[in-house]
Amino acid sequence: MYVAVKGGEKAIDNAHRLLADRRRGDPEISELSLDQISGQLSLAVDRVMSEGSLYDRELAALAIKQARGDLIEAIFLVRAYRTTLPRFGYSEPIDTGDMKLERRISATYKDLPGGQMLGPTFDYTHRLLDPALAGETVPDAPERRFEEAPEKPMRVSDILAGEGLIEPDGDPSGRDPADITRTPLEFPLERETRLQALSRGDEGFLLALGYSTQRGYARNHPFVGEIRIGEVEVEFEAPELGGASVLGRVQITECQMVNQFKGSAKAPPQFTRSYGLVFGQSERKAMSMALCDRALRAGELGEDRVAAAQDEEFVISHSDNVQATGFVEHLKLPHYVDFQAELELVRKMRAEHAHRAENMQEAAE
Amino acid sequence: MTSQAIEPPTDRQERSAVLATAPAADLLRHWQALGLDPDFRFVRGPEIGLVSLRGRIGGGGAPFPFGDATATRATVRLDDGRVGHAMTLGRDSQRATIAAVVDALCQDAGERNRVHEQLIAPLQEAIRKRDDTRAAETAATRVDFFTMVRGED
Amino acid sequence: MLATGTAVDGGFSNQVLDAQIGFAALMNALSRPGTLQSPGIHVVPPSPLSAMTAIVALTLCDADTVVWLDETVNTSAVRDWLAFHTGTAITAEKELAQFAILDAVRSVADLQGFAAGSQEYPDRSTSIILQVAGFSSAQKFQLSGPGIKEVVSFAPEGLPEGFPDFWAANRALFPRGVDLIFTSKDQLAALPRTTRIDEKLGGHDVRSR
Repeated sequence: MYVAVKGGEKAIDNAHRLLADRRRGDPEISELSLDQISGQLSLAVDRVMSEGSLYDRELAALAIKQARGDLIEAIFLVRAYRTTLPRFGYSEPIDTGDMKLERRISATYKDLPGGQMLGPTFDYTHRLLDPALAGETVPDAPERRFEEAPEKPMRVSDILAGEGLIEPDGDPSGRDPADITRTPLEFPLERETRLQALSRGDEGFLLALGYSTQRGYARNHPFVGEIRIGEVEVEFEAPELGGASVLGRVQITECQMVNQFKGSAKAPPQFTRSYGLVFGQSERKAMSMALCDRALRAGELGEDRVAAAQDEEFVISHSDNVQATGFVEHLKLPHYVDFQAELELVRKMRAEHAHRAENMQEAAE
Repeated sequence: MTSQAIEPPTDRQERSAVLATAPAADLLRHWQALGLDPDFRFVRGPEIGLVSLRGRIGGGGAPFPFGDATATRATVRLDDGRVGHAMTLGRDSQRATIAAVVDALCQDAGERNRVHEQLIAPLQEAIRKRDDTRAAETAATRVDFFTMVRGED
Repeated sequence: MLATGTAVDGGFSNQVLDAQIGFAALMNALSRPGTLQSPGIHVVPPSPLSAMTAIVALTLCDADTVVWLDETVNTSAVRDWLAFHTGTAITAEKELAQFAILDAVRSVADLQGFAAGSQEYPDRSTSIILQVAGFSSAQKFQLSGPGIKEVVSFAPEGLPEGFPDFWAANRALFPRGVDLIFTSKDQLAALPRTTRIDEKLGGHDVRSR
């Protein structure tokens, strides 16, 4: 059965005009600039860059403005823009050991080399709304402590590795992992591929899954070995640049999670590790990513797969919020033809049902 | 301030790193002050594209891509035939162009010295100053633990 | 170092527009097998790469592709030029190549050993770009299959002996198999894996069903 659907162009045009008007809000109030969004809603910008999988603060700010602050819509816009650009190539792997630190903490060692530096954190705030921020504020200038020769921060994993108590990083040469933005996913995935998917995955989804592992669904005793936030240099090798050349810096968050491991037939008891790496300052996401990374290593480490967080197909296939929102939101688009067919079917089934009931009644009489 | 006098970078990599990293306003100001503004034409670009960024599992293990960054590249040829290349993160065509022109200029030893003294060195100083300031602000949030006496049980 | 070399010259003068013209020519060549296309783009690659081969390479190759070069084409000038203009990787393994550029084939063995794709991903095969002197060979093929209404006559020069058998074997792999793109100085044509070849010798059709 065919139900003609045509028209609506005028309505759509007018809806977009209305959207533009509502996006702008009260014209008496000054318009948001991208610098304001980038500078003052910087963690929203970080999330859009991370899940939009595109490091560009200005574009992320524009997307947030255009999406009226709907971050998933903004991520969608960034992903769409991203597909219009040619890819020049792949960077050299970044060296997080050489990060210009803005924050560095560990939950496993108090006195670690390089110390614990809190940076601009919400931790230890009282979560009381600050009425002063409702007006214009001029914060105190940050305190500064210039140090002559600061101790180089040592990785927590290296401290444990010194005692042989923790699994090593693994082969740095690595395979050439499949890039999920170029080739379709084929399960089972390499860990590298999972990490790529998790890094652009939805923060809320990964947070909930990470939380589920803590509540007992695939418990794996995590400790935050180390969290680092700061800038790293991006190097790129191109023949015309005369070898590996620095293209600039990006701000990233790295989380090294340390997990207790009872050992298996093959491996002695030791700490295992899991990893989170995301754009910008986004500790919650990096930690959630690391928790999911560890849960998804169940098969590799000979652990029973009993929970959702350990199911690679489940986690990776549902972690992308642009895919998820596309499929959920498509339900609101016209399904008139499908629904007409369903209507016909239900009517037919009801008629048959009534007919049967009538026959039974007749038989009974 | 802990900054000392800086040795000007001598190789191409260091030079391009400074041009890619320096704050945009500083770059433009020092470039204009340099007064070297040769005629050139673009052989390629300036062109905006993507660079896939790679990290390593655990920081030191196998590489994996974790997202792209915008990048701009340019190749220029000066009127005297010298060719220069540049690629920088972001979508700043002006930065990429200046970096490519500088790359071309620096094939001449005389101009290279002038570029290093009047452009690269001050920019490197500006970068260092910003890094030192930020490091100092972070260092001020360092936790100084003092251990409490623990009970016997 | 490439900074002063000639590798930077002779590419597309308008990246977007030229690539679109090149792509349209390739699309037409592959959807209408055996027809000659003449994309009017000016490029100047290093010899022995022909301008038409260069247009195909500039259109199809980027930092995510892997290209195999035969002995004649595999010169440092060609490698540098492709690296600068496309960013493509070069491989010595035929099996790993998405594209292959061949200047001349002495025997069908030169065309063998490339990736044919998998049943799941038949697109993961090598597209072979073969430089030919022209399209006026005495040996004419009659082409038929998808994209051809009845038959098309196709006469690339310098193909090795046994080419029709090689092609029949390639067709038998369907949906797997390689695709061929022929480039002369100023024209290109294609044989996708779906196209049938019947040899026409001295006006007699040698049709085998």
